[in-house]
Amino acid sequence: MSETKVKDNFFTRLLTDNPVFGLYLGICSTLAITTNINNAIGMGVAVTVVLTLSNILVSAVRNITPDDIHIPVYIVIIATLVTIVGMVMQAYTPALYSALGAFIDLIVVNCIILGRAEAFASMNPIGPSARDGLSMGFSYTLSLLAMSLIRQLFGTGIISLSNPFTNTEIFAVRLIPEGFEIPMFTSQVGAFLTFACLAAAISAYKNHQSAKAEGVK
Amino acid sequence: MQLFTMFISAMLINNIILSKFLGMCPFMGVSTRLENAVGMGVAVIFVIFGASVLSWFLYYYVLVPLHLEYMELICFILLIAAFVQFVEMFIKKNSPGLYKQLGIYLPLITTNCAVLYVAQDNITQGYNLLETMVNSVAVPAGFMLMLCIFACIRERLQGNDVPKAFEGNPIAFIIAAIMAVAFTSLSGLV
Repeated sequence: MSETKVKDNFFTRLLTDNPVFGLYLGICSTLAITTNINNAIGMGVAVTVVLTLSNILVSAVRNITPDDIHIPVYIVIIATLVTIVGMVMQAYTPALYSALGAFIDLIVVNCIILGRAEAFASMNPIGPSARDGLSMGFSYTLSLLAMSLIRQLFGTGIISLSNPFTNTEIFAVRLIPEGFEIPMFTSQVGAFLTFACLAAAISAYKNHQSAKAEGVK
Repeated sequence: MQLFTMFISAMLINNIILSKFLGMCPFMGVSTRLENAVGMGVAVIFVIFGASVLSWFLYYYVLVPLHLEYMELICFILLIAAFVQFVEMFIKKNSPGLYKQLGIYLPLITTNCAVLYVAQDNITQGYNLLETMVNSVAVPAGFMLMLCIFACIRERLQGNDVPKAFEGNPIAFIIAAIMAVAFTSLSGLV
């Protein structure tokens, strides 16, 4: 595969096949936890870790799993990984753990993870499955980041990032002067609106691409 | 009286879709027609109630005596998957008519995050059996209400002229945002 093809592939993944805005998977957590950048990155990393490990494990057991019970087997693998990740987060990043709350446990029912296990890892060897998990997790994290940037910027006027291990602030910049922020963006209404606009932007990009492809023909 | 307050607040004020953002997949997927919305709503009420009550017994009578609380997540998700499978088989055998109506929704429910959330929430809030039962009817009732309102709006939306980029799901999220505004004002109710 040439260099441009890889790059091309990466951008298609990110924009047209985006798991969140393109395929509408894992919407619940995207809407709920993107009130600030810290939560978005924490959740993104947690999901990426679980997704990559579950893809590797599912791919490793794919030949010895009876067809009839493959879903329960995958669910047990995923639930075990989520329990481990949850315990690690509780121990090392307690502030992040309490901010994300029930949504750490709900990674189990995040459609992206079971979807990738079923559609990719159960049919492919370990190497490609791990890569698939990483790239899917990465585009999920970027989607969360895009949502949280918009919501935090308009909702509080401040862009900030803190170290989850020590709970100290790394930086905080006020970009919108005090009194001009729109608090609605941090509420539920803002979550739905931001999501709708980003999804519409992705769909507009797709329409543009397919119109261009038809023009070439 | 306290139970009634709990019911109203779980159903309308802390609505599972608009304030907790759970169960979005069926909310977006099945809300295109009112009939489907009602079918899905009834199936969800039944499954959430059954699964939550069973998880409550599992937690307090099996996991706590054995000091296996950390296995909560794995046990609950397996219980939910098994329960859904069992209900599907039971309905298929005993009432083929009902199965025809609800059958296609049942497998979808296992991946509905609302089921797992309600089962866990009952434990983290420390509810007793009665409160668990009230909560696990109220939450899916709110889900069903939302699903039906949403389906009605989307049915009327079909003939309308929507900007091309917003067609399909994006416009549905805009509607959800407006509904969230409306439901925020209910918070003064209790």
